[in-house]
Amino acid sequence: MENRIETHPVLGEIQKGKRVTFTYNDRELEGYEGEPIAAALKSAGVMVHRYTKKEHKPRGIFCAIGRCTDCVMVVDGKPNVRTCVTPLAAGMKVQTQYGVSDKPFEEQDRA
Amino acid sequence: MKRYDLIIVGAGPSGLSAAIEAAKRGLKVVVFDENEKPGGQLFKQIHKFFGSKEHKAKIRGFVIGQQLLEEAEAAGVKTVLNATVIGLYQDREVVVKIGEEVRHYKGDSIIIATGAAENMVTFDGWTLPGVIGAGAAQTMMNLHGVKPGEKILMLGSGNVGLVVSFQLMQCGCEVVALVDAAPKVGGYGVHAAKVARMGVPFYLSHTIVRAEGEECVTGVTIAEVDNNFKFIPGTEKHFDVDTICLAVGLSPMSQLLKMAGCDMEDNPRRGGQVPICDSCGRTSLPGVFVAGDVSGIEEASSAMIEGRMAGIAAAEYLGFIEKKELEAELLSLDAALDGLRRGMFAPENRGKNITETEEHIPVSENLLKHGYVTDEEITRFPGFTHAVGVHPVMECTQNIPCNPCQDACPKGCIRIGEKITSLPSVNPESDCIGCGMCVASCSGQAIFLVDETFEDGYASVTIPYEFLPLPAAGTRGTALGRNGQKVCDAEVISVKSVPAYDKTNLLTMKVPVDYADKARFFVQEQV
Repeated sequence: MENRIETHPVLGEIQKGKRVTFTYNDRELEGYEGEPIAAALKSAGVMVHRYTKKEHKPRGIFCAIGRCTDCVMVVDGKPNVRTCVTPLAAGMKVQTQYGVSDKPFEEQDRA
Repeated sequence: MKRYDLIIVGAGPSGLSAAIEAAKRGLKVVVFDENEKPGGQLFKQIHKFFGSKEHKAKIRGFVIGQQLLEEAEAAGVKTVLNATVIGLYQDREVVVKIGEEVRHYKGDSIIIATGAAENMVTFDGWTLPGVIGAGAAQTMMNLHGVKPGEKILMLGSGNVGLVVSFQLMQCGCEVVALVDAAPKVGGYGVHAAKVARMGVPFYLSHTIVRAEGEECVTGVTIAEVDNNFKFIPGTEKHFDVDTICLAVGLSPMSQLLKMAGCDMEDNPRRGGQVPICDSCGRTSLPGVFVAGDVSGIEEASSAMIEGRMAGIAAAEYLGFIEKKELEAELLSLDAALDGLRRGMFAPENRGKNITETEEHIPVSENLLKHGYVTDEEITRFPGFTHAVGVHPVMECTQNIPCNPCQDACPKGCIRIGEKITSLPSVNPESDCIGCGMCVASCSGQAIFLVDETFEDGYASVTIPYEFLPLPAAGTRGTALGRNGQKVCDAEVISVKSVPAYDKTNLLTMKVPVDYADKARFFVQEQV
């Protein structure tokens, strides 16, 4: 987890909750319970949270405080979840959002 | 429908301050905040604040946040979190979304303290993952302990851009450039100087042409702009970065007030669309007050004072206190607020071209263009002195409302005087004992201890140092100048960290005496 700050010159040891596992698409990832889903993804190097509906452009974290909705993903089957303000829980199923679906656009077109 | 004496929207510095004052005077108060935790943006502010004692100067923002929460709890303030206020209607009816439920409340008085939202600029590729707000960077690194990126370009040289750039380097990120379309650095010179002396190049009159990358940011191109902010062809510069950070100002979040029919105005000095209000936050709507950034973008320090004023004014409005008490309280709070609104960065001076200080010293042009005062320019400021033995050198060159250095010195070596914005000068009759309290107290990290007679041929220079790992005594490395370039080899003599310094370590290095006036930062040798 190289994107984590272990010790900070001002904040000292960064206090974190319990280590939990969750799934990101087909991968199993680890994060800390209660931190924003986006923080866990960022520390694992995930940049793209979703692709826009019309132009299929990638989006990721932008404001990180729940205002811009750029970072929304499909969480436990529910689309449009703001990952920057939604606390991570053990066993969560986090998926890239394509438009408003968890299915890539090619699969959506077939359906 | 539940009723409260006072409903406050927003549990940031102004909302909490308002709640504390009102609750202390017997009002039944509730604070709604859409976030999971109270404190607004204070808990992301890890730097020491400016001002004087009454403004909580030299205390770090997150500590002020903790103090506010304790004060609010002691006063019996009720805070409801994850509660988004979605409507403000006639007769002070407040509609709140709490979880999946929408509830209605009635407030006999209301204080809107919703703060501000970050502005954005658009350029090719601005929607790519890796382009983030400066606030997002602060949230990730200072709240969640996650590095926002490895190599970062910062757009915006206001205080937010400067402070966040420094914080990014504190958590181990590399800031490759600080860019602003304006021709001059917008924030405090001392904030710029501490970034510049670490070697970050400043590109004023430059802005972003495009962010590059397919799935996420892999690079950025900037170019110079002319007086009309049009790109000058042939001036493009490319940087390999994984993150682009935008710090291009804030706008008041005044939508609720507009919705309620409050008289509004477009005021660029206040940051955009703001409610028209008097000095204690009374709006055109009876019983509805405002406090903090929602009524004009300023610092958290002023937001806290405005909050206190609005809280007391609401108490008077409802008859909990007499008008006399309100007037007496406002008098002292007004004076405190006035102190913060003085100097070169005062709201009334926004956009003005200031060429000399209050002391009639020409300002450093280089500081405004490149982020640092040149070796020649620094000699004309009163804090830059020579003496036998150890003594403070204060590289404070702009009139800003700040005076902790004066109180910090136990020997009375440092003088600012009555006027909080005056440049610090050295009292020649006092003897510096080298305790370093002034170095640690300076929120702008602009004070150094210099001893030109340290050893034969060598001087010692003590610098504030808030980075990890802390070098041990004996570590050899390079002394950097104000411009971030190497001036000479240096050896660490000591690193002092005591609780009174509050995480600002004092690193003392030995340099050849000719460089005593130039060496202002230390980097360890790469092994």
